[in-house]
Amino acid sequence: MDPSPSLFSLMSFGHDGWGARFMDGLVVTVEVSLAAYAVSLVFGLLGAGAKLSPYKWLRSIADVYTTLVRALPELLLLLLVYYSGADAIKFLLSFLGDDYDDVEVDPFAAAVMALGFIGGAYMTEVMRGAIQSIPVGQIEAAKACGMSPLLRVRRIILPQMLRFALPGMSNLWLNATKDSSLISVLGSFQDILFMGYRAASTTKHYSFFYSMTAVSFLVITLVSMAGIRLLEARVNRGYK
Amino acid sequence: MDESLTFLLSIFPRLLAAVPLTLALTAISGVIGNVLAVPVALARLSPNPLLWMPSALYILLMRGTPLLVQTYLIYYGLGEILPGSFIQQTFLWDYLKDGFWYAVFAFSLNTAGYTGEILRGAMSAVPRGEIEAAKAYGMSNGKILWRVTLPRAIQICLPAMSGETILLLKATSLASLITVWDVMGTARQIQKESYRIYEPLIAAGIIYIVTVFILTRLLNLLERRINQHRVAPQSA
Repeated sequence: MDPSPSLFSLMSFGHDGWGARFMDGLVVTVEVSLAAYAVSLVFGLLGAGAKLSPYKWLRSIADVYTTLVRALPELLLLLLVYYSGADAIKFLLSFLGDDYDDVEVDPFAAAVMALGFIGGAYMTEVMRGAIQSIPVGQIEAAKACGMSPLLRVRRIILPQMLRFALPGMSNLWLNATKDSSLISVLGSFQDILFMGYRAASTTKHYSFFYSMTAVSFLVITLVSMAGIRLLEARVNRGYK
Repeated sequence: MDESLTFLLSIFPRLLAAVPLTLALTAISGVIGNVLAVPVALARLSPNPLLWMPSALYILLMRGTPLLVQTYLIYYGLGEILPGSFIQQTFLWDYLKDGFWYAVFAFSLNTAGYTGEILRGAMSAVPRGEIEAAKAYGMSNGKILWRVTLPRAIQICLPAMSGETILLLKATSLASLITVWDVMGTARQIQKESYRIYEPLIAAGIIYIVTVFILTRLLNLLERRINQHRVAPQSA
């Protein structure tokens, strides 16, 4: 009978080790988080624009969006948006004709949309607050210089709000990496948590492999925190 | 569509029956977590590296890894260690067969990390003069903590703490992944039985929204009650 393998060899990169598969999982987690974060930036900008717009119906839509998303558990929203997003795309495609009947919606795209939709609600609040922190005088001055609204957004609002939005945005990035662990529940992604689950149930070394999963996430967090510190220094370089 | 609505309404009683479990998870983990947060915050503020370093590491671990991973680690990890140990012979074993107490354990530890960090900020924001005054009265360190620092810190961070409580309520839905039949778990159970994707999720969503709104109201009332003696600044 074989002596039981040491825990170290379980995490090795060789044939029997799980190290390489954990690395693959790490890549999937980072990819999903990055893509979902990018989507949440789009939802956040649109949401903040809607909340600050002069039209009441736009403000109401944005209010319903942020209130509902922030009152629902992420897991429930993820399942709801993941399935309904795929169905909605199929439904829209069905108008284009029967040729699209057997189109399969890419699970990666559906999960990224779902996570981005959730993060977007929190992003909306961060960006709304940041835009409102810009001194009114600056926007008035831009208007007085004759800048068009789009030019004002590009030259004054976006660069200025970045400084106020960065702390909130950094937090949301850390949340995005952690929330991405929920996709392991969907069953079609091989992210870190899924790898941990597989490794643990195959080898029965539960506490070891879940600890390794936690460590992998911690590595992402620590690297992100170092990056955030550099970014903050850069964005605030004009201020002491 | 009509039939879908009928089904939606028909599953409400079953989901509502799971609300007490969700509330129990929130309340028990919230109380244990907030109590544990006090030593975490105190240790974090200590000048002694043997105290603040473990506390800082604990906060980093709790806030730097997903709650779902922590929950699995505790549920499956303890499930690996406990059987065969002396615990199996004690009365605790009856409780530990169920996912509920593992979920409570995980959520409490996680809340202690998050609230510990909030409480640390609030404790260092307590005006120095108040603590000096308490010292001048000859209060012992324990008494100063109990009578001055803690009550003032809790006042300061109450809004953040009620925000954490709402987040905790939502996070308890993760217990459904370790076989706890809370609202989310019941919804997933109905999904499997009926082969319907949306109706159970929508019904559970409505229940969560209403619960969150009621809890938010209650916490606002509590905040106003605790801060009632603080006069709002006069507007000019």
